[in-house]
Amino acid sequence: MNASSSAPALPRGKGLGRRIRDNWQLYMLLLIPVVITVIYKYIPMYGIQIAFRDFKASRGYSGSEFVGFKWFERFFTAPTFGRMMKNTVLLSLYSLLWSFPIPIILSLCINQLRFNRYKRVVQTVLYAPHFISTMVICGMLRIFLSPSGGLVNLLFGSSVDFLTQSSAFRTIYVASGIWQDAGWGCIIYLATLSNIDTSLYEAAKVDGASVFQRILNVDVPALLPMAILMFIMSAGSLMNVGFEKVWLLQTDLNKATSDVIAVYVYQQGIENAKYSYSTAVGLFNTVINLILLFVVNKISSKASDVDFV
Amino acid sequence: MKKTHSMSDRTSDIILVAVTAVVLLIVAYPIYYVLIASVSNPYDVYAGKTFLLPSEFTLKGYTAVFADPNILSGYINSIKYTVIGTIFSVVMLYITAYPLAQRDLPGRKFFSIFFLITMYFGGGLIPTFLVVKQTHLIDSIWALFLPGGVAVGNMIIVRNYFQNSIPRDLIEASEIDGCSKLRTFVSIVIPLSKPILAVMVVFSMVAYWNDWFTALIYLTADKAPLPLVLRNILIKSSASASQASTISGGYAELNKLTEMIKFSSIIVAAAPMLIIYPFVQKYFEKGFMAGAVKG
Repeated sequence: MNASSSAPALPRGKGLGRRIRDNWQLYMLLLIPVVITVIYKYIPMYGIQIAFRDFKASRGYSGSEFVGFKWFERFFTAPTFGRMMKNTVLLSLYSLLWSFPIPIILSLCINQLRFNRYKRVVQTVLYAPHFISTMVICGMLRIFLSPSGGLVNLLFGSSVDFLTQSSAFRTIYVASGIWQDAGWGCIIYLATLSNIDTSLYEAAKVDGASVFQRILNVDVPALLPMAILMFIMSAGSLMNVGFEKVWLLQTDLNKATSDVIAVYVYQQGIENAKYSYSTAVGLFNTVINLILLFVVNKISSKASDVDFV
Repeated sequence: MKKTHSMSDRTSDIILVAVTAVVLLIVAYPIYYVLIASVSNPYDVYAGKTFLLPSEFTLKGYTAVFADPNILSGYINSIKYTVIGTIFSVVMLYITAYPLAQRDLPGRKFFSIFFLITMYFGGGLIPTFLVVKQTHLIDSIWALFLPGGVAVGNMIIVRNYFQNSIPRDLIEASEIDGCSKLRTFVSIVIPLSKPILAVMVVFSMVAYWNDWFTALIYLTADKAPLPLVLRNILIKSSASASQASTISGGYAELNKLTEMIKFSSIIVAAAPMLIIYPFVQKYFEKGFMAGAVKG
C-alpha cells in the first residue's frame, strides 16, 4: 500500500449526525443511482421467487401459487439438459483455457518491444476487434465460413459448410473469441508490466540476463498476482457463456454442440413466455457461477495472497 | 539509454518483432479483407480474387447501404441511443463514484457493498424483464439505459481514480475556501479527471453502439438500432423488400447487391468506433493503472 499520500484527514471530534449533515450533497448525488439500482437490480432479485411459483401476472409475485422445485425438476429431466450442461461447461472451459494464457504471452512480448512506434501500432491494431459489435463479428464469421466463396474455404481450397458441422462449432466460438478479445485482455497486464521498476531490468542486464531471462525472472513474477486475479474472475463465470454469439451462430444442424443454457433461458422466457421456468433455469446457472467463484477464490487465496471477493 | 546492445538482444528483438507481426497480421487481415471486399465486384470476391487488392473498384455497396431506409433509420437510432446512453452512463458513474471516493463519508461501506452485490448476483433475464414491463418501459428508449443501472466495474475504476489521482490538498484547499462538496466536485474534481472521463466516455459509447440484445427484447422493429437491423442482412441473409423493388437488373443483380451490402454494412457499422478509440488509447493503460490500485 503505497497510496499513503491520500490518507484521509478524519475530522476529529465531529459527531455522526454532523458528518452526515456535512455530506448531504453527496447523499443527494447517490440518490438517483441508488433508486435506479433498487428498482432494476434489487426488485428483480425479489422477483426470483417466481422460479418457485407458477407465476401469473394477474396474481403478482407473492400471489402466484407456490410449486417448490417443480421447474428445476422439469429442467433436470428435460431431454436436452445433459447436452446443454455439457455444451455450456465445455464452451467456457475451452475459452478459458485458451483465452487466459494468450494475453499473458502477448503482453510479455509487446512489453519487451523496443521500437516504440511499432509497439504502439501493435497495441492499436490488437485492441481493434474489441470495439466491434458481436453482431458484426458473427456477420463476418458467417461470410468467412460460407461454403461458397467464404474466405476460409478459399484459403484452403475446400467447400465445407462449417456452421452446419457441430464438430466445428466450439473451435469457431473459441477462436473468434480469442481473435476479438485477446489483444484487449493485454491492457491490464501491460499496465502492470509498465509499473515494473526499470532498475530491475538494469540490474538484470548487468548480470548478463538475456531478454528471455528478463521476461522469465522479472516480468513473469510481476504478472503473477494479476494473472491469478484474472483467472479467478474468469473461472467464476464458467457457466456464463455469452448468449449473443452462440445465438447468432447457432443453426439447426450444429445444435449438438451449440445448445447452451443461456440460449435456452432466452427461448423459454422471451419466445415462449414461460416466465417461471426460464427464471428457474437462469437461477440454477447463476448459483453454480457463484459457487464456482467462491471455491476458486478460496483455493487461490490459500495458494497466494490474492483475495478477490 | 544505452546504445550498445548485445548480439543476443538483437536476436530476441527479431524474434519478438516477428511474433508480434504474425499476430498483427492475423488480427488485421479479416478487417482489411472485408474493407477491400466492400468496394469490389462480389463475384470476384467469391472467386477469391480479392485477397490483397480490390477488383473493379466500386462504391455501389455503400450507396445501397445508405439508400436502404431500414439501415438508415437503424443508423440514426444508434446515434441517438449512443449519445443519450453515454451521457446517462457517465453521469451515473460520476455521481456514484465521487461520494464513494470520500473515505470519511458515513455509510460509504454500506453503499459500496450495495452496488458491488449487483456485480455478482442479479435477478436474471425474466425478473428484470418483468420489472421493465411493470415500470412501463417496454418500447421506450429508457429501457436501453435504466435497467443497466450503474456499470459497477467501471464505477470502481473511476472511484479509485478519484482517490489516487486527485491531490487531496486541492480538495481540502477548495473546501477551506468555502466551496461546498458539490462545487468542489464540479469545479475541481471533474476537470482534473479528464483522462478517466475520456476512457469512460469511449467505453460507454462502444457499449451502446454495439448493443442490440436489449433492443431486441424491449423495443419494436422501427426503433431497432443498427446492429439489430444488420441481423436480417448478415445473419438471416435476407434482402429487404425495399431493395428488391428498387433494383432493375432482376434477381442476379439483386443477389449481387445483397452480397455487396453485407460487406459495406459491416464497415459502416464498425467504422465509427474503430476511428474513435485510438484517440483515447493512451489513457487506457493509465486509467486502468490508476483505477486498479486499491486506495
